[in-house]
Amino acid sequence: MSEMKFSDEHEWIRLDGDIGTVGITDYAQEQLGDVVYVELPEIGKQVKSGDEMAVVESVKAASEVYAPVSGEVTEVNETLSDAPETVNADALGAGWFVKIRLGDPSELDKLMDEAAYSAFTAGLG
Amino acid sequence: MRYLPLTDNDRQAMLAAIGVASIEDLFADVPAAARLEAPLDLPDHAGEMEVERAIAGLAARNLSPATAPSFLGAGAYRHHLPATVDYLIQRGEFLTSYTPYQPEVSQGTLQYLFEFQTQVALLTAMDVANASMYDGASACAEAVMMARRITGRNKVVLSGGLHPHYRETAATFARYSNAEFAAAPPDVEGVEDLGAMIDGETACVVVQNPAFFGHLGDLAPLAARCAESGAVMIVAVTEVVSLGAVRPPGEMGADIVVAEGQSLGNPLGFGGPYVGLLATRDKHVRQMPGRIVGETTDVDGRRGWVLTLSTREQHIRRDKATSNICTNSGLCALAFTVHLALLGSAGLKRLAAINHSVAVRAADVLGAVPGVEVLNDTFFNEFTLRLSKPAGAVADKLAQRGVLGGVPVSRFYPRESELANLLLVAVSETNSEADIAAFAGALEALL
Repeated sequence: MSEMKFSDEHEWIRLDGDIGTVGITDYAQEQLGDVVYVELPEIGKQVKSGDEMAVVESVKAASEVYAPVSGEVTEVNETLSDAPETVNADALGAGWFVKIRLGDPSELDKLMDEAAYSAFTAGLG
Repeated sequence: MRYLPLTDNDRQAMLAAIGVASIEDLFADVPAAARLEAPLDLPDHAGEMEVERAIAGLAARNLSPATAPSFLGAGAYRHHLPATVDYLIQRGEFLTSYTPYQPEVSQGTLQYLFEFQTQVALLTAMDVANASMYDGASACAEAVMMARRITGRNKVVLSGGLHPHYRETAATFARYSNAEFAAAPPDVEGVEDLGAMIDGETACVVVQNPAFFGHLGDLAPLAARCAESGAVMIVAVTEVVSLGAVRPPGEMGADIVVAEGQSLGNPLGFGGPYVGLLATRDKHVRQMPGRIVGETTDVDGRRGWVLTLSTREQHIRRDKATSNICTNSGLCALAFTVHLALLGSAGLKRLAAINHSVAVRAADVLGAVPGVEVLNDTFFNEFTLRLSKPAGAVADKLAQRGVLGGVPVSRFYPRESELANLLLVAVSETNSEADIAAFAGALEALL
């Protein structure tokens, strides 16, 4: 499995073969507060990098989750419909949102590594 | 705030300050053809007593359903309003409060809205209802948009039994969207089959029960047909008292139920303000427009109420909100809730039974008048008559004889000559045997 990459919209992606697992970052879940609902895309949906792909609702706000890469949605995390709090408990693991079959793996190069993302969020204050 | 008109000196000072000679000069850019040549021909000011007398004189020229035998319906219905309703809704805590922006401090408001939602869900046999919409027609239009969000489809099928105002309102709401409307022709006989209009592209089918022309139907087969195609079935109810007698839409497979709630608690009032009802299934609650009050417990474990699922709403979700409705018909919803609570379940059933039996009596008497044919095999408290003459002129002449004898269908379908002789007749518990006799007698003289 490859290293985790991060977008400036606070999504993470980790590649396994040609399938990328996508979720929101720990920073994002902390900013949102208690997550109460996650709206996931349909399996088979084609997304382009930057497209709105899912919606995450907390007690404070509703936010769009954007596709960090282009490709086809192959799987969604059904456990989030019954247990959205998983996003708070384990954002980078069990709280994943979707799996995407990457159309163009080179898009990953445009994303940040962990160090760059840490510096990015530190700069957000 | 005191209102003191400007003096001529005030006006001159202001005109001098901006450098024009007269107020007229400010309108120099407006083409002459679009301007009045002389001041509006309005009477001079008058004292309070003179104004009262003049206005009362104008009002007396109206023929009011409150005094004349009235059989007006077509989406707005006259019922007896218990005095308690008006007394309770005029309590200051209710009357002056606006939709709560800091909702949790307004526990009383939230509690009655919660009761309202519960009543609506029970009446319609649905899982969940919102805290009300502005009226039945806009609730229907919102339901159409909701169905398009649920299905991701744009084709909207409208029954020919749907109130024309509801049809027009849905079209107006969707005017700048890519919705495609397919409206069935007016279903005068209550025999339409919408099955052929539904396909895999259909977002929703909107039907009304009782229908615009009064017919009642079993909607279960249509619900099955909708489910087969993945379409949402929306059922509109314009006369909510019917739900005391008629099988509720939720028991016939409706996905969304919308209704005009005016009949309970609210007067005809020249057409508004009214109160829209919208109820749906649990699974669609996040696509529902409007405010929803939820029950919870506070830190001390006491029962309390909150606005819930607000992330659907415009003040949080901005342009992604399910709807731009940010409020509800609070006071009208309260009147609805008070009236329905006074009636109770048994009272509503009894009221509905009385409505139906008086209507059956009226249909029998009117149907016996030469030149009158009752079109309905089924109805609740409203039915359609086919007259031997154009109904518009007959209704005018009935009014001259002091009878508000129903609503001519041509008011809604002015170009459909085949509908010209149709008259919608609504009957309620407010109609006496003498009212029916007066109507039948006047009709007999005119036909």
